[in-house]
Order: sequence, then C-alpha cells, then structure tokens
Amino acid sequence: MGRYVVRRLLQMIPVFIGATLLIFLMVNVMGDPIAGLCGERRCDPATAARLEHEFGLDEPVWQQYLTYMGNVFTGDFGTAFNGQEVTELMSTAFPVTIRLTLIAILFEVVIGVTLGVVTGLRRGRPVDTGVLLFTLVVISVPTFVTGLLLQLLLGVKWGWIRPSVSSEAPFDELILPGLVLASVSLAYVTRLTRTSIAENRRSDYVRTAVAKGLPRHRVVVRHLLRNSLIPVVTFIGADIGFLMGGAIVTERIFNIHGVGYQLYQGILRQNTQTVVGFVTVLVLVFLVANLVVDLLYAVLDPRIRYA
Amino acid sequence: MRGATHVRWAACAVAVALAATACGGDGDGGSDAGAVLSASWGDPQNPLEPSNTNEVQGGKVLDMIFRGLKRYDPETGEAKDMLAEKIETSDSQNFTVTVRDGWTFSNGEKVTARSFVDAWNYGASLRNNQRNAYFFGYIEGYDQVHPDKGEQTADTMSGLKVTGDLTFTVKLTQKFSTFPDTLGYNAFVPLPRAFFDDHDAWVKKPVGNGPYLVDSYTRGSQMSLRRWDAYPGPDKAQNGGVDLKVYTDVNTAYTDLMAGNLDLADDIPAAQLKNVRTDLGDRYLNTPAGITQTLAFPFYDDAWNKPGSEKVRKGLSMAIDRGQITDTIFQKTRTPATDWTSPVLGEDGGYQEGLCGDACEYKPDEAKKLIEEGGGLPGGKVTITFNADTGSHREWVNAVCNSINNALDDERACTAAPVGTFADFRSEITERKMPGPFRSGWQMDYPLIQNFLQPLYYTGASSNDGDWSNQEFDDLVDRANRETDTAKAVGLFQQAEKVVRDDMAAIPLWYQNGSAGWSARLSGVKLNPFSVPVYEQIKVS
Repeated sequence: MGRYVVRRLLQMIPVFIGATLLIFLMVNVMGDPIAGLCGERRCDPATAARLEHEFGLDEPVWQQYLTYMGNVFTGDFGTAFNGQEVTELMSTAFPVTIRLTLIAILFEVVIGVTLGVVTGLRRGRPVDTGVLLFTLVVISVPTFVTGLLLQLLLGVKWGWIRPSVSSEAPFDELILPGLVLASVSLAYVTRLTRTSIAENRRSDYVRTAVAKGLPRHRVVVRHLLRNSLIPVVTFIGADIGFLMGGAIVTERIFNIHGVGYQLYQGILRQNTQTVVGFVTVLVLVFLVANLVVDLLYAVLDPRIRYA
Repeated sequence: MRGATHVRWAACAVAVALAATACGGDGDGGSDAGAVLSASWGDPQNPLEPSNTNEVQGGKVLDMIFRGLKRYDPETGEAKDMLAEKIETSDSQNFTVTVRDGWTFSNGEKVTARSFVDAWNYGASLRNNQRNAYFFGYIEGYDQVHPDKGEQTADTMSGLKVTGDLTFTVKLTQKFSTFPDTLGYNAFVPLPRAFFDDHDAWVKKPVGNGPYLVDSYTRGSQMSLRRWDAYPGPDKAQNGGVDLKVYTDVNTAYTDLMAGNLDLADDIPAAQLKNVRTDLGDRYLNTPAGITQTLAFPFYDDAWNKPGSEKVRKGLSMAIDRGQITDTIFQKTRTPATDWTSPVLGEDGGYQEGLCGDACEYKPDEAKKLIEEGGGLPGGKVTITFNADTGSHREWVNAVCNSINNALDDERACTAAPVGTFADFRSEITERKMPGPFRSGWQMDYPLIQNFLQPLYYTGASSNDGDWSNQEFDDLVDRANRETDTAKAVGLFQQAEKVVRDDMAAIPLWYQNGSAGWSARLSGVKLNPFSVPVYEQIKVS
C-alpha cells in the first residue's frame, strides 16, 4: 500500500510538469497581453517595455517557464495585472469554489445514489421509468438553461432566494448554484448506480447473503451497494476536478467569485500568471482526487489489494 | 409623487449647476440621506491609482473619491472649476494655477499645490509604470522623466514648479489653449502624502478628497463607499453611501435588479433592451455618451492607400445601413453617426450634425458606383476584424457585412474576422497586421473636440491605429491648439474634421449611449457624458 502510494506520487511529477508546460505555452501563443492594458490606444513604448520586464515577458518562453516553476516551488505564483498577488486571488477564490463543489458532491452522493438504489431495486416499475425520464431531461438540457431558469423562477418570480450570491458566498446561498452545478453529474450518478445495482442484485454473494437470512437493508447497504459503488466513486472522483474548474458557467450565472470567475477573467485579459497558477492547482486537485479514488477501490472491494 | 420629485430634482440640478450650492438634506419627504444604495461594478483592470486607471470601472471609483482642479458638469460636460480658484495664462503655454483654500483629503491632510505637483510627477515618471503617463506629455520635462528608450534622467518634470502653498506653475512644450479643460481627467487629481509614504496600504484602501470615502474594499468582489460628512466641496453626496458590487455578467446584474437585490445597474445587457421598458418603466435611462464606433483602415497597406482608395472607403461607408443596424441590433441605444465627434460635445463644443453628409447615408447604388470608380475592393473583397470577447461586436460586424454584401450584390464581398480576446486584437493592431478595415471604438477622455480628433488622426498619435497621415489635418490641429479663442479653436478643429471626411480616414458608424436601470428606491439617477452614474446626486428613499 505505502509503496503503491509513493509510486503514484512519483508518477504525478511528469504529469504535473507536462500539464503546466502545455498551459504555459497555450497562454503564450495567444499573443502580447500588454497591448490590452492601454485601452483603445497604443501603450507608450517605454511603459510597455517596463511592464514586459516586470512580468518577465521579455525573456524567451522556456526561460519564463523555468523562472515561473522555480517561483511556484517557493510558493510565489506571481502577480496579476491589477497588481494583486495570484496567491491572494487563490485564497479568496478557492474557498468559495470548494464550498460550491462540496455542496454539488453532496447532492450527487445523497440524491444520485439514493435514486440509483431505489430505481436499481425496482427495475421496470413506474418509479424507475419516471426517474430515467427525468435524468434524461436533466442530461439533455444545458447547465446554463437550467441555471438561468431556476434563477428566474426562484429568485425573481417567487423571490425565495437571492438570484446572485454575495461576495462572502456562505453555504446557504450556494445551495441552488450547487444543485445546478451538480445536476448533470447527478443524473449520471443515478444512472450509474442504477445499472450497477441491478447487475449485482443477481450476483452470487447477494444470493448468499439473502440465503443466510440477513435483514434486507443489511444486504442492500453492506453487500450490494458497497460493491456497486466502484464505478460511481470513479465518476465522482473525476468529477471533483471538473466541478472545480468547470464551474465557469454556473459561477457566471450566479455571480460567484470563485475559480471559474478568476480563470475566465484571466483568459480574457491574457493574464498568464493567473491562468497558469489556477490551472496548476486544478491539475494537482485532479491528480490527488484520482489517487484517492484508486485507494478507495481497495476499501470498497475486498478483492482489490495494492502492493 | 414621482412627478413632484422629478421637478424638484430638476430645480436642484439647475441650482447646482448655476450656483454650485448643495441641494437636499432639507426635509425631502421620502428621501433618506443616510441610506446606502448598491450598484453594479466590474473588476478594475489595473491597480486603482488615478494615473493608472484608463477604463470606466476604475473611473467610477475615482469619480467618487477624488475631485480635481476641474470637473466636467454631469449634464453639459463643460469643464468647471472645482479645486481651481483660477488658472491663468497669457500665452497658452505658461499656466499659473491657484488652488482653492479649505480643501482637505478625507484623512485630514490639506490639499496644497504640492499635492498636485507630486501626483503629476508620480504619474509621469517612467519607473511607476503608469498607463496614463502620456497625459502629462505636454508638460515640459516629460521626456526626461519618461524617455522613449533607456532610463529616466530626472525624477520630476521641469515644467512644474510650486510657487506657494496654494499656487504652482505649469510650462508646456507647446501652445495648448484648452489645456485647463483637460484637467478634469482622473489622471490629474491631487494625491495625499499617504499615497507615497505607504503605497501598498493606500492601494488597498484609497484615500482621496471626493464626496465619498472608501469604507472597505474586497478586491475583485465589492467596495463599500460611505458619504464623507466633512466633505468641503459643493457637491456633497445626497445618499449615505454606495456599495459597488462586482458582476461577472451584466445579465446577472439585471436579474438582481429585477429581484430587488440591486439598486442600480448601469449597463443594460443588449439581450434585455427589448424588455427594459416593460420591466422598469420610467426607471430606465438611455442618454448619449462620449463613445463612438468607427471602422479604421490600415493605411500602412498600399492596397488601402492608393489614389482612388478614398472613393472605395466612401463607397463602403455608403453601403452600410446604419439606421437599420442601430434599430434592430441595438434597439436605438446607439445613434447613426453623422460626424466624427459626439453629440455630448454640443454645438458649441464642436459637434456638427450632418458634417459627414451623403457619405454617411445609406445609398447602395451610389456606393457600388463609387467603389467601382475607385478601382474596386482590394482583391475583390473586404475583411472586417474585431474582437469577439465583449460587447455585441459580432452581431453588428455581421450586420455591416450583410449590408455591404447586399449593396454590392456580392455574397462574398465582405467577411467578418473575429479575434478571440481584446488583448490579442490590440496586439495585432499595434503590430500593424490588419488585413483590412477593423473595429475602432473611442471613449473620450475629456469632452473636447480635440480629444476626438488629435489622438485618432494626427500623424503618429497614440490611437492612430491605421497610420493615417495628412499634412493639412496636422497643420489645422496645431493651429487650433495654439488658438486662444475657444470658438475659433473649435472652428479650426471642425475644418480639420472636414479633412478627415474628405479622405474618409475612418468610417463613422454610430454614437453610443449610456444606459442605466434602477430600483424604485432611487430617484435622481443621471449618467454623465462618460456614461458613469452621477452617484453623489442619487437620492435613496
């Protein structure tokens, strides 16, 4: 187990370097970011030169990358064009997005898995058909439509919630955005759990458990569900990364100042430091989430062992 | 009740304009002078220093927490003395400025001549990387503190001299009669010592001399401004304060306004323009702003700069059905342009309706003829480049292209070429890589006809992106700048504008309006010519 973890951690290093290099190059290809700083006029050449120097843009790309990576390891993610440190941006953006992601994951797990178990156990019944239809609708409607619609209905027409999230972004204000963000994944989780449960219901160990005379809820929760969760956990693990980085649409609709907002603004303003910094952290989140998922396999399925 | 408040309000506005007396706070029935309103905001692009702020969002804050020597009247745009007791000159080149006594910064520090001189020297100095440094370019000694190449050889500009506690002199490198009128621009405001002594702390929580003070500032999400009760100026805030909230998307701001979660949204999204009248009724404002949209040409490309090209350019201009585009795409929030300035200047300021004449009217048949006479479009087609990340540029560029194609009976005459981001668009322009006409927007810095012509069309000027150059135009601008009589100067600028017209240096498209919508709690909402709400005059009930 320990050796496995170490091996996985070591594998992360090349993935991490490759991913950051790619992002760095992509942002660089977009062109000269300084030109956008002066509005509809040419920056005066002396100031432009000084700004380029300040942001290290006058060096060749490979050197910029090395300097940047060197700084990253000392915890310095550089400065955004508005003079704010990227670490400062991160410290305000990540807590918000983490809260949002937590709520979304909670919805996926609680609602998604419950619905999945219920429908998996009652295949072909009206409940099953109803939920299947519902998930189909959720999957086929784009997030921004769901988001704007719910915002308009709950926020403006009925006045149950504030249509936008305040800058502190406490948990209760993030419930609706979290649900919107989770909606599509939630539908997938339901379907995955349903299929998995339905399949495993007929397996030998379930029949044995029933034959042993175990109570029904114990059969379902301890034997059936635990073994059926592997594909679901894989999906949710990968989803953490997606939810954190891919919340751009949801964050825009509900005016949440999280990671998605910072990335969007960073890309518009071609702010290499912001974009690369945030993506670097997201890459790390992805890698760690994947590792945790792999380790969870062993917990869920006693047949899996890591050496 | 509403009608009554409006009349009252108009009376107030007139009183403010005429006698600069404060209005309100005198038992106005429903209005609550202590109430705070919330308003939409965008994250400023650059650090919030006066000489570093060149866009509207940062400008909003500076307009609330600073007052300069001059201030542009929110209604007429006229430059009026604010902190300036008087600005005297005998030769339009040497100015003596007397600062009015009794002004302080909100931290108690007195505003003196030095507050201005230090601030201007800071703004001009190369090592401070200020985006607006070129505003000080007319002052003598600018080239030493801000050389085009190499290190600066001086710390301060030799043209600025403090001559007394409240007086200083400004020496310019050339005659520039309207120089005092440019001093209402944000870059010219005074700065307290705290700005220089503890710069980091200042940027985190700016201190100025305007009617509001910064109560708290969470960068990227919100700024709370409160009325400064001891504000010595005539335009005291009529409300308790303003909470500026950052919105990533103007649509969300509009939704929040509908839900009663926001009091003032000062940019109504294009998609909502159809509903805004039914949604808000008379709580919606749509007034001209000093913003124009043009199509500029790459004069560095010989294909667009040969004898006869002006006919092609004029033909293109006549092939664009401006009226239809402003009606359908912009729902009349833009007005077809008939000159190269803006209606906010007023007749006296140099705006001349119809100066462009036939060349700005939709005449498809003549357009086709003119383009053929001029040798046809270079290579048989024209590409319009624009940035697709903001505004509704894509929609109108497509519409312009359609209009041109219809006029020329050629489906392939015009194509739209989007560039992903504004920064990339600007860098392609700066590198002079435009293959054809390109989008060019201009938001005025100060309401003077000079600002609509010189930066855009003077040889080598900072926003002359197409490298258009015309000796006659340059001479007329030089003469106009030297002219001490304002009316004569404006006349010369208009002559220069006619040179632009005759060569069709850029195709004027439309004047842009500023728009704002507000909640039922507010009254007296106005937009100034820079399309920034006049926050201090808003009343909250």
